[in-house]
Formats: sequence, C-alpha cells, structure tokens
Amino acid sequence: MTAIVVESLAKTYSVVRKQPGWAGAWRSLFHRETATVRAVREVSFRIEKGEMVAFLGPNGAGKTTTLKLLSGLIYPSGGTATVLGYVPWKREHAYRRRFSLVMGQKNQLWWDLPAQESFALHREIYRLEQAQFTKRLDELTALLDVRKLVRQPVRDLSLGERMRMELIAALLHDPEVLLLDEPTIGLDVVSQRNVQGFLRHYQAERQITVLLTSHYMKDVEALCSRAIIINEGEIKHDGPLANIIDRLSSQKIIQLQFADGDSAEGLDQFGRITERIGPRVKIEVPRTKIPEVLSAVLAKYAIEDVGVQERPLEDVIAEFFTTGPTEAA
Amino acid sequence: MNTDSLRTQWFILKTCIAERLAYRGDFAFATLVRFLPIVTQIFLWGAIYGEFSDSPRKSMYGYSYGDMVAYSLLVMLGRAFSSMPGLTGGIARDIRDGTIKKFLTQPVDLFDYLFWHRVAHKVVYYVVATGPFALVFWLCRSYFPGWPDAITLCGAAVSLILAFLIGFYIEALMGLIAFWYLEVSSLVFVYMLLNYFLSGHMLPLDWLPHPYSDWILWSPFKYLAYVPAAIVLQKYTPMAMAQELALGFGWVLVLWWLNRWTLNRGLHRYSAYGG
Repeated sequence: MTAIVVESLAKTYSVVRKQPGWAGAWRSLFHRETATVRAVREVSFRIEKGEMVAFLGPNGAGKTTTLKLLSGLIYPSGGTATVLGYVPWKREHAYRRRFSLVMGQKNQLWWDLPAQESFALHREIYRLEQAQFTKRLDELTALLDVRKLVRQPVRDLSLGERMRMELIAALLHDPEVLLLDEPTIGLDVVSQRNVQGFLRHYQAERQITVLLTSHYMKDVEALCSRAIIINEGEIKHDGPLANIIDRLSSQKIIQLQFADGDSAEGLDQFGRITERIGPRVKIEVPRTKIPEVLSAVLAKYAIEDVGVQERPLEDVIAEFFTTGPTEAA
Repeated sequence: MNTDSLRTQWFILKTCIAERLAYRGDFAFATLVRFLPIVTQIFLWGAIYGEFSDSPRKSMYGYSYGDMVAYSLLVMLGRAFSSMPGLTGGIARDIRDGTIKKFLTQPVDLFDYLFWHRVAHKVVYYVVATGPFALVFWLCRSYFPGWPDAITLCGAAVSLILAFLIGFYIEALMGLIAFWYLEVSSLVFVYMLLNYFLSGHMLPLDWLPHPYSDWILWSPFKYLAYVPAAIVLQKYTPMAMAQELALGFGWVLVLWWLNRWTLNRGLHRYSAYGG
C-alpha cells in the first residue's frame, strides 16, 4: 500500500531582493526587485505504508517546502500529491486527523500552560475517547520519560523535554503518517539519542509512515533504511541508505595502526591522509585500489592492525552537496 | 454545528481562560489600570463644561455635563466589549513567524480558535472588572436618567454583543492582511486613531455636522462604542433601535464573509515563513 504519492510537485516563490545599505533601503521603497525561487522542481516519489524515509538536502534544498506541501500548509505551483489518498492542500479535517507534522523549530504546545492542558485540548480537537487518550498518554509519557513533567508549564521545560512533549502532542491521535522536520535540532547528544530511540521503537511497533528531514546523519542512520536526497529542488537520489555511500562515494577508508618505531613515512603516495593520531592513521583510497594499496602497505610497513571502512555518511553527503556526485566506479 | 464541535469550542474556551490566568499579576494590573482614563475623561469634560467655574455651561449639542459623563461611562462599557488588544498583532505575528501552522494542520478552524481565545480574554476581564465597573457606575449614578425599560436593556445587551463581534472581525481582518504585508503595526496605529474618532469614543457621533455624520453613521465603527451608549441613553425610538441593530447584524455578516475570503486568499499566497 502506498501512503504518499508525489508526482511532478513544484513550488515557486517570489522573493524580494534588496541591495545592502542605505541606498538599497531607499531604492527598495520605490522599486522592489523580485526574484523567483523554484523551491521544489517537479519532484516525484512514492512512500509505502510503514516506511521510514530520510529526506536529505542542504539548507534551501526544498525539504521543508515539500513537507509543508504534504501537510497542506501551502499550495503547490504545479504537480500533484496525495497522502493516504487525500490531497493535502484541500485541508480536509479527515486528513488532518490522520497525520502529524512536527517542526523542530516550531512550538505547537501552549507556552504558558502545562503540556497536560495542551494534550487535553488535543483530545477534544482530535475527538479521542477518554480511555483511549489516557492509555496513549500514559504509554507515550512513559516511553519518553516525561511523566513527571506534564504538569509543568511548557516555558519551564528544557529544549529536549519540550521536544519530547511536542512528539507526544503529535502522536496522541495515533497518526498514520508522521512528517518530521529536524526533530532533534538544537538538542544535546543525550536528548538526540532519546528522541531517536523513541522514534525507532515507536515506528517499529506501530508501522507508521515517517518522512524525516534532518541535518544530523546520526538521526538518519539510526532511523531510516531509505533516503531521498534533494538539492536545488530536484531529487538526486532515491534508494536504500546503504546504497548512498556505494553510489556517491568512490573512496573508502583504510585504517592502520603502526608498530612501535615505524615512522610511517611516504604514506601519502597511497591516498589522502585524513587523520593521524599517534601510531593510528586513516587514508582515503579509491575503492577499486583497496587490495593493491593494502598489499603494498603491508609489505612496506610494520603494521599491528588494519581495517577498511566506508566513509562516514555525513562526509559523503556533505561532499555530494558541495561538489556534486562522484559516482563509484 | 454539532455537539462535538461545540464541545471542542468549549474546551478551547476553557484552555484559553487557563492561559489568560497564567500571568495573574500583570493581568490584574492591566485590568484595573484601564479604569484610569475614565477618571481623566470625567475631569476633562468637567473642564470643558466649566463645572469647576462659577458659570458652567448647561448644555453642548444637546448633552449636559451629566449626559456627557454618562455617555463616557457607557462608551467605556462598549469599548470593554469591542476593543481587542493584541488581536491584529498576534495574527500578524503568527503569520510572519509561521506559528499559524498549528491551526492549519490540526482539525480545528482558525476562526473558532481566535474567536474563543478572544471570548476567554473578555470573560476573564469581565470577571475581574465587574466590581470596579459597578463601583464607578454607582458613584456616577446621578448622571444617568434612571433604569432603562426592558426593551432598551435587551437592545443594549444585543448591541454589546454586536460591538464584540464587529470589533473582533475588524481587527482579525487587519491581522489577516499580514498575508500580503507582513508588518501591520502602522495599520493598527491608523486604525486606532480612526476608531477613536469614528466609534464615538472621542465625541458623541450625533455632534458631527451633516454630511459627515451621515456616512459615519452607516459605518461599522459606530457599533464599537456609540450605539450601545446611545441605546442606554434612549436616543433611539424602539423602531430606530431595531433598525440600528439589524444594520449592525448586517455588518457582522459582511465582516465575517470578508474574513473568510481574506483567509482563503491569504492562504493561497502563504509560504509558511520561518522554517
């Protein structure tokens, strides 16, 4: 069953461009220079029910705009999309009861009230039975370890606690589709792991469909098996997360630990040295040359330990965004 | 409107009341401080009428000093229903920073939420302000012509509801303009100036000469202060009062439709600013 179908979806904005300084401010009073920004350029993809898909791209790539389109916040300039069979921008209440949008930088809880009061209002807005609501709230507060905090005003919670409350508010009505926009932004490592662990557990148990945008590759690696990469409004990759490195990176990392006394001179002839800490060295080597480099290094130096690794996903994607794809041979 | 919908609105109202009471100190202070201008106004009209001199003026354009004090107090009552502090700016801010998204992704109507939020604002205000209002009116009871009849009281009650609705829809409409012009604070300033004059807050509208008074008396602004005061002061015959109230109801419908239309158009150009 397909949960999300996107076909040739496009969104174009008109933005005002202003010259800097006084002169620019003065000129813009009389003449507004506008530019057209193609935030999303005819993207197409499908997401099956129960899939958890990462939606990756640099800032301004069109990720959040796509999520806004899928949640019905904005109208598209072209193309179509359906989520659970609904056209999002028709804004039907029936659709709104079946999905949730969580934006890491936006608050949907009442700032001055305890989260419990926002949850009670959600119960009414989403028409949840009292017994069902109580059971879900108990379950979610236990899973996210915030049971003691629900009576504290939201403004008095830490960022991590607030995000966990936001997730509860988003999941109380048991949505079938969850759109997550940077859910761990600004969180410390422990809070990030808590949120990741919760999302992994929740998705595995409920088999909900999740589309996640995040700049933290740890989130993506921990949660998603498929990734869609978008850049400048266009889809650049759509497939298993594991394939990204194979496809986008022609390099691998050889990790070497030298025996005492070996100066490890002349290593740069084999590849780019990315790290050197004491006797441990990492070299980036074209993946086709791994056997050749390994046998040469082992013959030339006294090596205590050796390993071959993929490059970190973060590095591969960052490189892809800055220099474009280097397809693996 | 079904019972589920009413129940949701009741919950929105309850939550909004709880929110209003979160900052107790500031709220109580703001409520009580709003009575200060009326004291100033009574003294100002006293000076204009020469009440503190040897030869006070008996009447100006049909209003004695006592009538004017009564009018000012009733205008204050009308304004307590029609003024919507923070509504326009709040809507504009929600549009500008993207907070409005929660109302566009949840199965709730934005206007339901805004409306009941404002009702909560008013309910809490009236609860706190009823005592001081009653005291001020009791102290100034000699300026009033006496208790109006039942029809006039009913008309006054309806006119206060109209004041609330018209005030709400005018200010909400201005807030929605933020879909086109993100900053509306100058518009609010201009509106407040016009409102002060056109609603009869500054002067009774029947003081204005023709032809100005003719078109002002057709505008929705007079319902914000002048009409409730004029009804209580029995300046209308029962038939004229009914006509005024019917026209006010017509304005509510027009403004309601304008709000819906503007929201719909605004959402078509909305880009969900702020991430």
